Amino acid sequence: MAAFTAIVTVRLKSGVLDPEAATTQRALERLEFELDDLRFADRYEIDLDAADADAAADRAESMAERLLANPTIHDYDVEVEARS
Amino acid sequence: MTVAVVRFGGSNCDRDALRSLQDLGIDAEIVWYEDGLPADTTGIVLPGGFSYGDYLRAGAMAARTPIMQDVREAADDGTPVLGICNGAQICAEMGLVDGAFTVNESARFQCEPVHLRVETTDSPFTSSFEVGDVIELPIAHGEGRYEVQSGVYDDLIEEDKVLFRYCDADGEVSDEANPNGSKDNVAGVLGDCDNGAVLMPHPERATLPELGGTDGRAILEGLSG
Repeated sequence: MAAFTAIVTVRLKSGVLDPEAATTQRALERLEFELDDLRFADRYEIDLDAADADAAADRAESMAERLLANPTIHDYDVEVEARS
Repeated sequence: MTVAVVRFGGSNCDRDALRSLQDLGIDAEIVWYEDGLPADTTGIVLPGGFSYGDYLRAGAMAARTPIMQDVREAADDGTPVLGICNGAQICAEMGLVDGAFTVNESARFQCEPVHLRVETTDSPFTSSFEVGDVIELPIAHGEGRYEVQSGVYDDLIEEDKVLFRYCDADGEVSDEANPNGSKDNVAGVLGDCDNGAVLMPHPERATLPELGGTDGRAILEGLSG
């Protein structure tokens, strides 16, 4: 077994309205920043032990499928880093 | 013979639902989610509130509790199940109904009366209405915008699963009458079985003439079995 950190990033599918992001963008523009667009994402950093990086990624993907993401509105991706 | 009003940590419309059902002469009791459904359950209400503090997403945690598997089995067996507000979010999160309820277009919590047009009478909760009837109920939610993938939505329409749409006092379904940006003004939908239904507005808050009308009574009477 080895120690990993699985990073799960959950974001709204393209085309799904994100009112919080729109509000944040307007606030930045009121502060006179120039920007074209702004998107929110949730990032989960999950420390776990697994046989190898693939096994760690598989487990994190299951977590995303079963709880962290809602497939109706979300896409997600998983990255795995070795943890010392 | 009892309607189980399932209480989670953070439910806050459970007592209103109980009082409303009792006022209608329907035997009901509050059931703590860890205790499971009573053996004589003849109907189920998933009440409004903020189960698990709306952590992660509204309804996400409660949807994955063991009692919700019992709720699913009861729904499959024909028991009427009504998810109201947070209960609707829970049912969508567990896939008892299609789609998802997410952040209002306004990005604000909204608490106001709305008009709803009855879209189908093929459910125990709307069987006493006519299609096109307009009723008034309050909403109180921050995450009530109904989102659904387009193919799934086409199936909902095809199968007559839309229960209510937000409309104006004359029954006109319009963007102006859409309080939260829901897909095509959808305020409530039916599940795979017509005995399972969810809606974001609160019928239990519209059961007494002294408190804003009685249009919610006929919906709750769908639980009388």
